[in-house]
Amino acid sequence: MRGAKSATWVAGAIAVALTATACGGGGNDSDDNAAVNPDGTYTYYNVEPQNPIIPSNTNEVGGGYIVKNLFRGLVDFDEKSKLRLVAAESIDTTDNQTFKVKLKPGWKFHNGEAQTASSFVDAWNWAANAKNKQLNASWFEPIKGYDEVHPAEGDPKAEKLEGLKVTSDLEFTIELKKPVSTFKEQLFYDVFSPLPKAFYKDTKAFGEHPIGNGPYQQDGDWQHKVEFKTKKFADYKGDDKPKNGGVVFKFYNKDDAAYNDLVSDKLDIMYQVPNSMAGQYQNDLGKRAISQMFGGNTNISFPLYEAEWAKPEKVKVRQGLSMAIDRETIAKTALKGSKDAADGYTPKVVEGYQGGACGEFCKFDPAKAKELIKAGGGVPGNKITLTYNADGANKEWADAVCNDIRQNGGVECVTDPKPTFQQARADITERRMKSAFRMAWVQDFPNIQNFISAQYRTKAGANDMEFSDKAVDELMDKADASKTIEESNKLYAEAEKKIIQEQMPSIPLFFDHTLAGYSKKVQNVKFDSFRQAIWTDVEVKK
Amino acid sequence: MPEKTLPHETTTPEAVSTALKSGAGKPRSLGQDAWRELRGSWLFWASGVLLILFIVMAAFPSLFTDVDPRQADLRGHYLAPPNWSHIFEGDWFGYNGQGQSVYARTVHGARASIIVGVCVTLAVTVVGGFVGMLAGYFGGWVDALLSRLTDIFFGIPLLLGALTLLQAFTHRTAWTVSLGLATFGWMQIARVMRGAVITQKQADFVTAARALGAGTGRILLRHILPNVIGPVIVVATIALGGYISTEATLSYLGIGLQDPVVSWGVDISAAQSQLRDAPHVLLVPASFLSLTVLAFILLGDAVRDALDPKLR
Amino acid sequence: MGRFVARRLLQMIPVFIGTTLLIFLMVYSLPGDPIKSLFGPKAADPATVARLRHEYGLDKSLLEQYWNYISGLFQGDFGQSFTGRPVADLMSEAFPVTIRLALLAFGFEVIVGIALGVLTGMRRGKFLDQFVLVLTLLVISVPVFVIGYVTQFLLGLKWKVITPTVQDSENLGQLMIPAIVLAALSLAYVIRLTRTTVGENLRADYIRTAVAKGLPRKRVVGVHLMRNSLIPVVTFLGTDLGLLMGGAIVTEGIFNIQGVGFTLFKAIQTSEGPTVVGIVTVLVLVYLLTSLLVDLLYAVLDPRIRYA
Repeated sequence: MRGAKSATWVAGAIAVALTATACGGGGNDSDDNAAVNPDGTYTYYNVEPQNPIIPSNTNEVGGGYIVKNLFRGLVDFDEKSKLRLVAAESIDTTDNQTFKVKLKPGWKFHNGEAQTASSFVDAWNWAANAKNKQLNASWFEPIKGYDEVHPAEGDPKAEKLEGLKVTSDLEFTIELKKPVSTFKEQLFYDVFSPLPKAFYKDTKAFGEHPIGNGPYQQDGDWQHKVEFKTKKFADYKGDDKPKNGGVVFKFYNKDDAAYNDLVSDKLDIMYQVPNSMAGQYQNDLGKRAISQMFGGNTNISFPLYEAEWAKPEKVKVRQGLSMAIDRETIAKTALKGSKDAADGYTPKVVEGYQGGACGEFCKFDPAKAKELIKAGGGVPGNKITLTYNADGANKEWADAVCNDIRQNGGVECVTDPKPTFQQARADITERRMKSAFRMAWVQDFPNIQNFISAQYRTKAGANDMEFSDKAVDELMDKADASKTIEESNKLYAEAEKKIIQEQMPSIPLFFDHTLAGYSKKVQNVKFDSFRQAIWTDVEVKK
Repeated sequence: MPEKTLPHETTTPEAVSTALKSGAGKPRSLGQDAWRELRGSWLFWASGVLLILFIVMAAFPSLFTDVDPRQADLRGHYLAPPNWSHIFEGDWFGYNGQGQSVYARTVHGARASIIVGVCVTLAVTVVGGFVGMLAGYFGGWVDALLSRLTDIFFGIPLLLGALTLLQAFTHRTAWTVSLGLATFGWMQIARVMRGAVITQKQADFVTAARALGAGTGRILLRHILPNVIGPVIVVATIALGGYISTEATLSYLGIGLQDPVVSWGVDISAAQSQLRDAPHVLLVPASFLSLTVLAFILLGDAVRDALDPKLR
Repeated sequence: MGRFVARRLLQMIPVFIGTTLLIFLMVYSLPGDPIKSLFGPKAADPATVARLRHEYGLDKSLLEQYWNYISGLFQGDFGQSFTGRPVADLMSEAFPVTIRLALLAFGFEVIVGIALGVLTGMRRGKFLDQFVLVLTLLVISVPVFVIGYVTQFLLGLKWKVITPTVQDSENLGQLMIPAIVLAALSLAYVIRLTRTTVGENLRADYIRTAVAKGLPRKRVVGVHLMRNSLIPVVTFLGTDLGLLMGGAIVTEGIFNIQGVGFTLFKAIQTSEGPTVVGIVTVLVLVYLLTSLLVDLLYAVLDPRIRYA
């Protein structure tokens, strides 16, 4: 998971507490039929990328949004979260273990180099190699031969992934260690982008002047901390040819500042207005305000590795705590609509969402809450400490949830804000939690599998609770092995329900909400479930 | 003028000049004079009354309100505006973004701020005073060593140092925040003290005491300390206000006090996001904070003016 | 004079080493692993972590790391940030912005501060004096972030006199308000300090002598009074320049200025050792050099001080 979680982590760094903003004019001025300048560029809110722009080393929004525009992988998701082929003409598999990839012909990189099967295979081999220290190397883990190229310790025993074979100029095969039903979806990650030969000559220089195969190419130098300019790539062969002249990523160190600019038309698109403005932005922007569901959630989790919390009767306590929280009111007041009350782990916009996974346990009912907590023998230590990172916009909901637990659940609750995401993560990953902690998930790809498997499978990478349930694991294995995505979705939904109703290792709280806005200079601005604009469709007015 | 003293004096040279001067006066009569002066100063009385009020508030918040500062009612009171006619009641200053009484939180917030201010001031006075006294009295390599140590800490600004140090604490209370501020706050007192001691140790009564066989400790504590403590107290009182303000800034930067402590700094920084919807949530605790800081500064000022014969 | 400067320069060496060591130890012993945090919320893969730790020398002991850092520093190498950019590059982006801001603030402080200080000092007890005094007290007692936010809110959003944030850090007009906010606290001190010393010196014998000699008032105030009154003010101002650059943490955050303060704050939060230590090293140098300069200015201002 990349995406907005890191966004809050980066953008939120200084935006611990925020200000007021513009009293801009109300909405009157969105004229969707204005004359369009096909070469006009527009500015897009972003934060300074943390790392050089290399797909396999970019794991946060700042760089992620730029990579998304400079590169095109084999597949991506459309606005409706449906998988579609992009650079690939076909990806065939019969067993979800061996995939035959055929590329579309005629694609070129920004420097004119032709895109071939090796552009992909070489890039993946390079990125997976432990010697190259790429932050996203572990995405290649499912591919056969990964353990040789990227051993847990010591030098790589092989230079190339055994599972990747170039069969012709435009064709290659991928062989996995074992079947993965969502591997095609996973191919959407930026890390699976192709790289031109120029990359290997000087990787450092490439990081400053990336060359991709996407609809936009870099325009001039990267002006660090100021902006990253792109322009339309004339030779782009994809279906989504830009309707504008280019995107200028403008870097801000806090979203309030960006919002002020948006209202005064100095910034064209902002994908998330600051929480402090959530109550006002529709007044400020009128029709240019966008509000839609987002593929991310916020939960609070429990350390099941602690003996006290692992006791079977504590399920009741967790469910009781869940019922003490008045999600609807918190979402409407303290959060100003920037999140919605959750009814499970999987957000509504995500493929495979079935609704009601949480059932009555997410209903606000103080009497039942107290009863359940009592029946479960009370909270370990008679006190909940809710750990979260203060550099994201978490204080509002964390305080409100804690107040609810204290007042409606009858359990003392204090929040424990860690100054940074990093410090909170360190304590969580090193299993130092004694009580509740924030656990949020932003989709890697919009499918229920991503929300359940990544966090609730035994020993999964993001299973910070050390939750483990054999029956649940079996259900997920069965889902992964299923032939169709529909079947897989159904099994995952079943697993989700089972987890919440029988164990509740984490309390579902909120689904995130996209609150975006755009200036008077642009039109036809739409967002997908990743909270990303459909960049190529944006039209710049004359 | 000894060449090494003055050039180093940095932060509040006002106080420093006082320090050097007051040492030259006759201490006992100066004290009496000062008190006479103080009694006639309305600033002294005004700040004194304010301070007593805040200290009582910090010690016994229940005298002012019986509303629980943590009690939240999002449904009923979310950002409710102040009700100015309901003096001393829960809704006097309205409610914050969690539906908590701003009045109750402000009253209860006094304690944390004042504890931090007083603790840091005590710590820096003791540490800085000790270091300064040793450096000033012994001179030579002791002075060289301690002065360099002072310089080293002076190189790191208070906010920056505290910010870095406090990152190391997993849980921050009034004590850890005080520690963070004191670690990077003692140098100013050390310099003032050192300067004052250097002037004093050449005074006749010190020579006399030494001639009579008084030990170092006795000379320092009985003879020099009473003569230099005045300016140090002045500097410390003024600085106290500054520490309270810095604690709020640390909270604003996300590294100050934390739940369940109710503090002005935390409330002010949380209120930033409501400034446009509900300015009272910010203005009330900010005013209380500023008044407290002001009271300490005015008190320090008044005492300084009283101690300084030149300004009379 | 030369010997004095030489001695001061020698004294600076332990101070420089001490301060950098102090900040180095503090930052590098912070909890949380800056390398692991590069991976964001995903589990960090141990093989890559180990290699990156080795690359940045984090697998060595703290003192060894400090030694490597300092020896690199003397060769003009500020090292690399954990995200792979040379710290020197980061600093060369951030410092010009903050220097502009700090110089503006400093100029404001000197001109307005001394002018108001002299004016009020000479008219003690008058309306202007009382008014300015109350104003300075207000500024001192309100935390700088409150001043910043209220200024931004009123000027930028309510009355729309300024852009709420700085759009172009090379536009001095836009930097003006942030500079004033940054300078506010020091400004208040400068006014109060100048006022006090001017007030004291007005009654000094040498002024009486000068007046008795029949010197024109302009000369008495401009030369005799100013020269003596400015000594403590210069001391304060001298050390303030360095403080302003560090103190920009809050102001730069509010006004979206991508300078040293912001870079430093972010680096502290993410335990970005090389960046923090690099910036603080430069700040310490600025601080040490300005305090030396102040000492030298002293001799110029006060003929009684002679450096042997």
